[in-house]
Amino acid sequence: MSLKEFEAIANKEYEYGFKTDIKTELIEKGLNEDVIRLISEKNKEPEFVLEFRLKAYRHWLKMEEPEWPLVDYPKIDYQDIHYYAAPEKKEKLKSMDDVDPELKRTFEKLGIPLQEQKKLANVAVDAIFDSVSVATTYKDKLLKHGVVFCPLSEAVEKYPDLVKKYMGSVVPHTDNFFAALNAAVFTEGSFVYVPKDTVCPMELSTYFRINAEDTGQFERTLIICEENASVSYLEGCTAPMFDKNQLHAAVVELVALDNADIKYSTVQNWYAGDPKTGKGGIYNFVTKRGKCLGKKSKISWTQIETGSAITWKYPSCILMGDDSIGEFYSVALTNHHQQADTGTKMIHIGKRTKSTIISKGISAGKSKNTYRGLVQINKSAKGSENFTQCDSMLIGPNCTANTFPYIDVRNASSTLGHEAATVKVSEEQILYCQQRGISLDDALTTIVNGFCSDVFKELPTEFAVEATQLLSLKLENTVG
Amino acid sequence: MFTIKDVKASIDEKEILKGISLELKPGEVHAIMGPNGSGKSTLAKVIVGHPDVEDPEGEICIDDKNILDLEPDERANEGVFLAFQYPVDIPGVNNAEFLRMAYNAKQKYHGKEEIDPFDFNELVKDKLKVLKMKERFLERPVNHGFSGGEKKRNEILQLLVLDPKVVILDETDSGLDIDSLKQVSEAVNYFKSQDKIILLITHYQRLLNYIVPDYVHIMNDGKVSKTGDKSLALTLEEKGYEGIES
Repeated sequence: MSLKEFEAIANKEYEYGFKTDIKTELIEKGLNEDVIRLISEKNKEPEFVLEFRLKAYRHWLKMEEPEWPLVDYPKIDYQDIHYYAAPEKKEKLKSMDDVDPELKRTFEKLGIPLQEQKKLANVAVDAIFDSVSVATTYKDKLLKHGVVFCPLSEAVEKYPDLVKKYMGSVVPHTDNFFAALNAAVFTEGSFVYVPKDTVCPMELSTYFRINAEDTGQFERTLIICEENASVSYLEGCTAPMFDKNQLHAAVVELVALDNADIKYSTVQNWYAGDPKTGKGGIYNFVTKRGKCLGKKSKISWTQIETGSAITWKYPSCILMGDDSIGEFYSVALTNHHQQADTGTKMIHIGKRTKSTIISKGISAGKSKNTYRGLVQINKSAKGSENFTQCDSMLIGPNCTANTFPYIDVRNASSTLGHEAATVKVSEEQILYCQQRGISLDDALTTIVNGFCSDVFKELPTEFAVEATQLLSLKLENTVG
Repeated sequence: MFTIKDVKASIDEKEILKGISLELKPGEVHAIMGPNGSGKSTLAKVIVGHPDVEDPEGEICIDDKNILDLEPDERANEGVFLAFQYPVDIPGVNNAEFLRMAYNAKQKYHGKEEIDPFDFNELVKDKLKVLKMKERFLERPVNHGFSGGEKKRNEILQLLVLDPKVVILDETDSGLDIDSLKQVSEAVNYFKSQDKIILLITHYQRLLNYIVPDYVHIMNDGKVSKTGDKSLALTLEEKGYEGIES
């Protein structure tokens, strides 16, 4: 085989592309105030949530879909989407045993056991299937430590004051088109509250599964860490293969008070569309933002983005507290016809705030991969520091990589470092590995993993292996 | 036994090798010398299966097995090892892990069990001692940030660990100081004593003071123009390529 022509011929099938056959309760396609009222009713929400939704909806109607991201897709018909889909259930679940066995099997197939004490023994999981939470493991054990980990709908009911105080405080409904849409129609999501002086005793994880066709998933996650508290949270996602694109417009809000530490990791493996035609796949238009409200607080984002037809997300940190720290570690892999416009925003407001950005973009096939980042050091943020490193790797002749770093420094006492590199996986590197007996696929995976090692080491150990394997799966047969 | 039978090969549609035949027996050291552009490096490329080489003809056999149609990794696992003239770096990949991966690829190819990191560590430590290299060396990324000499010594470390049948050293002496040159030569001589087949590609006679060849082949215009013993290299040093051809 000649390596002369680096050409993407990957046709490895997406292994999570199956659909679960289960009775689904849907709200008719389309979006209007009645639909929003219906969603609110189904969730048995208090009045303030409905008001929040309607305010957002009315604002959304006045907004335009952003056109600045470097991605192409046909106009989305927002009236052609189901905004609520839930597997039918009879009664409220009392325990894990009540979970529909079909759903249990689905998550098992996805590698997410819903029984406690299983494979992921030290990870508590909230499993979300279309618009509703199916099960949350270790809830009681966590509650003994004062840690609340539950579906957002439950939090609205049990902890309305916390939800009222913080929901929308980091990503307001006016923030952007997709955040406004989410605020109007959000269905489920996870809620985490870690009280003062508490280290969350286990990893928390939410697993998102889109199953129903023509539905959007609009979850909303809210994580609050009180003084001296810390938590590590991981989100995973998959979807079946459909010919039509599906919209996923989520919002994640993190709030860290004095000395609090939140680590948020994502391993994203949505269906990316047909490898050959590019048909179908998830539009992943997500707003994630963390607010370091307290002094010396820290928020760290780690993301491994491998799926989705289109990715549009910029997990960001607003560094308000003095001496607070924001971090962003990202690996974005695009193959075939995938498009990604992703990066971060670091907004420095407090004194001596620090941020680190390490972004690794890998493009293969005919894909388009863009890093877009903003570092803004405000006048008040005296003595602040940022270090940015954004590297791109190209595999083959038909892919594109772009980097748009925006830097805005408004005081003279801050320092900023920026490094960027573009590398191409060379025939020489591959031959070198092969000459040592390593196969072509393994050689490529090794080189790419090496390229991403700075980011992988930030992942919780339970998931670092998974991420490495995922990447190698996505790269199989990329060089031919 | 390593045989190269009437091998022809082109790069960028230009015929570089025009029919090379060599026979190398276990325990023998063969040196290939020749002026720039004579096809020395292309010979190494065709043996390992470099993608630059177009439609090679002829046969390259280890014992009785023709490896010319095999993938580069299969050829390596059949026992061909090339110490590169310019070893490439692979940032972020730990040297020890890379070595173990290569070692295990070979084990797997031959239907043997893979080695775990602990046993492998012991195995590598022994080899490091031979090369008087520090263990720290293993924790660095493959060739990344290595000096020229360190890269060459890393090649030799890989050679000792992978224990191939046929060793090709492509200009291994370039960029080495005297001390490193001696260490590298010691390792190669040890290999010779183990009945391995060694093919040295070199510009200068200097390396041959340390690794004494059984045969010296002079290449010219894609062919072997002269074969002799070690004295041929000395004559060459004295008279130059032109002098030797006349």
